[in-house]
Amino acid sequence: MSSDSDTAVRVRGLHKHYGERRAVDGIDLSVPRGQVFALLGPNGAGKSTTVEVLEGYRARTAGDVEVLGHDPASPSRAWRARLGIVAQTTQDLSDLTVGEVVRHFAGFYPSPRRPEAVIEQVGLDEDARTRARDLSGGRRRRLDVALGIVGDPEVLFLDEPTTGFDPEARREFWGLIQRLAAGGTTILLTTHYLDEVEVLADALAVISRGRIVATGTPGDLAGRASAPAAVRWHDPQAPGGVREELTATPTALVAHLAARAGGEVPGLVVARPTLEDTYLRLLEDS
Amino acid sequence: MTTSSTTPATTPVDPGAPAAPADGAGRLPSVLAASLARTRMELRSTLRQRDAVIFNLAFPVIFLFIFGSVFDDDIAPGISFTQYFTAGMAASGILLVSFQSLAISIAVERDDGTLKRLEGTPMPRAAYFLGKVGLVVVTGVAQLAVLLGAARLAFGVPLPVDAGHWWTLAWVAVLGAAAGTLLGIAYSSVPSSGRSASAVVAPVVLVLQFISGVFFVYSQLPGWMQDVAAVFPLKWLAQGFRAALLPDSLAAAEVGGTWQLGTTAVVLLVWTAVGLVLCRTTFRWRRRGDR
Repeated sequence: MSSDSDTAVRVRGLHKHYGERRAVDGIDLSVPRGQVFALLGPNGAGKSTTVEVLEGYRARTAGDVEVLGHDPASPSRAWRARLGIVAQTTQDLSDLTVGEVVRHFAGFYPSPRRPEAVIEQVGLDEDARTRARDLSGGRRRRLDVALGIVGDPEVLFLDEPTTGFDPEARREFWGLIQRLAAGGTTILLTTHYLDEVEVLADALAVISRGRIVATGTPGDLAGRASAPAAVRWHDPQAPGGVREELTATPTALVAHLAARAGGEVPGLVVARPTLEDTYLRLLEDS
Repeated sequence: MTTSSTTPATTPVDPGAPAAPADGAGRLPSVLAASLARTRMELRSTLRQRDAVIFNLAFPVIFLFIFGSVFDDDIAPGISFTQYFTAGMAASGILLVSFQSLAISIAVERDDGTLKRLEGTPMPRAAYFLGKVGLVVVTGVAQLAVLLGAARLAFGVPLPVDAGHWWTLAWVAVLGAAAGTLLGIAYSSVPSSGRSASAVVAPVVLVLQFISGVFFVYSQLPGWMQDVAAVFPLKWLAQGFRAALLPDSLAAAEVGGTWQLGTTAVVLLVWTAVGLVLCRTTFRWRRRGDR
């Protein structure tokens, strides 16, 4: 295996079985340092199981796993200090305030970020004296993120971080994640929101039934960038008044249409398969 | 979330300056420092539930008042039932703040994700348990002080007569709390969820109170009941507190004819050891099925 310095997460042939059920059925992953990597898949596909193996929570059935050069199956305090974990929905810490909780958790790490700076960074400065139980869902999630980053982690795990957010809260949350990524933190994100992947991820893997069915960047997943494009335009002679052609050379077709129309082509649309189209097709094929 | 637009996307990148000096990585906190931090958080969290705190402190005193009023006969010349009952309630209080409160709170914390969150940090595992110990020590001392103070002031129950009797009170309380703490941590794995914890835990101490000489005079219970109670810690804890709080002449009225302090120490130590073994072998940081 290559050195710890350039690869944050390395997984080879990961299996996690529960009796007959194969929650994870042979997964390979490699996440370079500094990358935002998304694990995308439907509920029950094995995303969280995979991540919890990487976080040192779950024992694996088989496979080689390294996170920051260490095997998560034998987690040490020093290794844990280099990770940040934002697990799925939580309900704990209810009687303590945001400030108390963040300061308390900062105390477990060797070189924590300044708690006040972290609280400000996640946008909870006005709520520093609010008890965790009194925070709204989105603000509660920011507290989870604050606790995930207060140790100044090299790798941050975000497990379905925006489930249940309203659209405004999600956009704000994305901004926060982008700022962390810009600061050099490696981020491993699980989600089933495609727009989230498109905005945040440098690379992604699609998981279905415990296996990876595609990897790539959000822009070119499963040949999406070079897939035939659909060109649509208004044509009074076509049924419904709209014509659509699938073509590998949309530019040539548009040039041809423009020449024929002698100017603007009415109602022109050129569409590549969206990430969602591609994702759904992948799940169907698997 | 309507007023939450205080973090525009233009906020400058600020990873939060590390608090540690720049000339090298900081050190992981010691077990002691982390345990003290946990104790502070446990106490803070407990004190925030003000209604529960007041009720827990007042509850034994209310019981003392009720039982003292109902059973106003003397159990021996010059010794009221209230005096006997004070020892039993003090013993129950030790088990309530250790066994019962830990078994319930840890079951709840396992269910709500507190344990899992802590497990994911570099906190030394021992700090969680030592934080609970710190909580038991503070709440146990507070409860014992309130109970003995109220018994003395409101019901004229005498405090231990000399240093020797205070010492008995102290070591019996410490051994009882040690056994109760470890058994409570172990028993927290029994309830299947946080919601069922109270229902699964509370009857344990309640039943023991009836058979261990708290609500009734132990020597007047049926023999088989005495035998069952003698297996468990509460009977010995209550007897040890009677040794500290009642005149030595009453030792003859005990079933064994003496205070049996040596046996008390042995039984409580054995239960402490059993609790320790159970904790080490059965403690779970996560919910059942989360593996």
